Amino acid sequence: MTHHIGFGALSYDLAHLLGGTALVLSFALLYQRRVSAVVNTYALQALVVAAAAAWQGWVQNEPQLYLTALIALVAKAIIIPLALHGIIRRLEIHRSIETAFGVFPSMAVGVLLVVLAILVVLPTTLNAATLTREDLATALSVVLLGLLTMITRRNAPTQVVGFFSLENGLILAAVGVTGMPMVVELSTAFLVLVAFTVFGLFFFRIRDRLGSLDTRRLDLVTEEPR
Amino acid sequence: MTPSYLVLIAPALTAAVLASVPSWRLGVWINCAGSAATFLAALLLPWQVGRPTAFLLIDPLGVYLSVLTAFVGMTTSWFSVGYVRVEIARRRLDRKRLRLYHAMYQVFVGAMLLALLSDNLGVTWVAIEAATIAAVLVVGLPRTAEAVEASWKFFLICGVGIALALFGTIVLYLAALPVLGPGTAAMSWSTLLPAAARCDGAVLNLAFVFLLLGYGTKAGLAPFHAWMPDAHAEGPTPVSAVLAGSILNVALCVLLRLRGLLAANEAAGGGAIPPGGALMAFGLMSVLMAAFSLWPRRDVKRFFAFSSIEQSGLTAFAFGLGGPVATFAGLLHMTLHTLAKASVFQCVGRASQLKGGQTFAEIGGLMVSHRMLGITLGISVIAVAALPPLGLFASEFLIGTQTILRMPWLALPLALGLLVGAWALLARLQSLCLGAPTPDRGPAPDALALLPVWLMLAAVLVLGIAMPVPVSDWLRMAAR
Repeated sequence: MTHHIGFGALSYDLAHLLGGTALVLSFALLYQRRVSAVVNTYALQALVVAAAAAWQGWVQNEPQLYLTALIALVAKAIIIPLALHGIIRRLEIHRSIETAFGVFPSMAVGVLLVVLAILVVLPTTLNAATLTREDLATALSVVLLGLLTMITRRNAPTQVVGFFSLENGLILAAVGVTGMPMVVELSTAFLVLVAFTVFGLFFFRIRDRLGSLDTRRLDLVTEEPR
Repeated sequence: MTPSYLVLIAPALTAAVLASVPSWRLGVWINCAGSAATFLAALLLPWQVGRPTAFLLIDPLGVYLSVLTAFVGMTTSWFSVGYVRVEIARRRLDRKRLRLYHAMYQVFVGAMLLALLSDNLGVTWVAIEAATIAAVLVVGLPRTAEAVEASWKFFLICGVGIALALFGTIVLYLAALPVLGPGTAAMSWSTLLPAAARCDGAVLNLAFVFLLLGYGTKAGLAPFHAWMPDAHAEGPTPVSAVLAGSILNVALCVLLRLRGLLAANEAAGGGAIPPGGALMAFGLMSVLMAAFSLWPRRDVKRFFAFSSIEQSGLTAFAFGLGGPVATFAGLLHMTLHTLAKASVFQCVGRASQLKGGQTFAEIGGLMVSHRMLGITLGISVIAVAALPPLGLFASEFLIGTQTILRMPWLALPLALGLLVGAWALLARLQSLCLGAPTPDRGPAPDALALLPVWLMLAAVLVLGIAMPVPVSDWLRMAAR
């Protein structure tokens, strides 16, 4: 089941273009300063991932991947960003956001993570199809950058966007591997929906309890009660 | 449709009923009845081993852990009856939240059983995810700032861990793809294990790293343990009791199966790294970190959460050591720790309701004021500290001798961690059970409240001094 596609074939180039775009958008998530811009970037990334899933459905002739693409498009590129915008508006936190790192250090760490992903994935997957292994390297980079976003953001909604972006990377990995059974796509879709409702609950509750969405204030428990 | 599915249907049905019954008084008993039905269904499983089922993997390891999980789920639901009454009286929980609590309790137990018995790695992953979400909802129920923080931390850390585990699952599929072809075969334990030798070793290594990070987080291994103390300390005590053992076991079970997969590949020269080293490193790190973290703790539940991290680390260490004896010891240790720790948390739950607080300063001198509770808690803590004649002594002894036999230079740090941990437990035992009693600020537990604890402690004692032959045979089969 190896695809002998290489540089120059349309299926290969387009898959790369879409994966690369998703990765660039991960970098954009790192440096955006306004909460609403972060959400928009995430929506754009979800759109690109949906396109990547649809393209893989075409290349691998797997109709179920179109469904994955549809889920990504409707839920993650439209519904979740809209809901996030709604929450942001209600909580009046759309102004500016603080990041733990400056723009330059977080970009530098991001580049290092991409290098790490390539160094880890490419040498270990020598026997897999070229497209698969390069897709996997891109996907791992998106996952790691999502983690980095979660670490560098202080704000609960933007941390959540980092988590969702990480999950975009997982979809990218899943669709890139030939014949991956539907269970993964379904489960990730399931994850997003549930995660979102849970998070939604949390936002309001954190604000109710602490009057702020700043997770730095969530340090009450680490100080042991006397 | 085989009887095996009953063990999954029982909690699912109970959860559905509980979600639709508004009365909490009724809900408490439905929860008990449902948990008992689940346990009875789990008892059918040993006779189903080897019979083919479409989606489940009924092997000795999964069956034994399912029976254990269902048993702890049942005893804890009994404990929960009295616990919930006091919480309602103290207004820490209200009726609406109790409905959610009971439904989520069943979802949590059911999801863990599905994770243990599922043949498909993807389904296992979804089940662990569902169990996590159910636990997060319950931990946040008291709605205090601390509980909300604990569940937020729980969700974020475990969410990331679970995401990494999914990535590992995808890579594992990629490793088996050339051998088993596209489709669910390359994601099912039953087909993966026989084909392990022919899988791509290098890709397996990559999968192992991510699955170890992901499920290691759920197993509470250092340095990914940060969610555990908070979730245990802030959530309702019955959940701490189930959480303490069972969810760790589910994650460790996946890691154990994965170890078998990599070891088979490595033995056949497939290029995989021996998985034991990483497991031992994480295990040892957890034991040492937790043993020293026990000392400065002021919160009783947080203290015992660190103790769970230590025991989970020890189990992972035993699995990493490899070989039938060490794996047997690891499985035995996991069982006994689950029972002993659930006993500890049930006693601590009673004590904290009695004393109106859960710090060491507030709970003291239980032997003087409430003799039965004091003695039961004392025995449970002694069991966790692995003193003879209780069962954990036997399992720790086995793990210790195996370490000396095969990795003598690791025996020293391991012994240091275990001694420091046991010493901390015994030091705290003195203030909890002996010494001057602190004032009571809540109702005393009724006479039968400790019955489930005695049941579990009896099991720990029997398994420690005279393990029935069928049980040891079964464990040996699971450890193969």
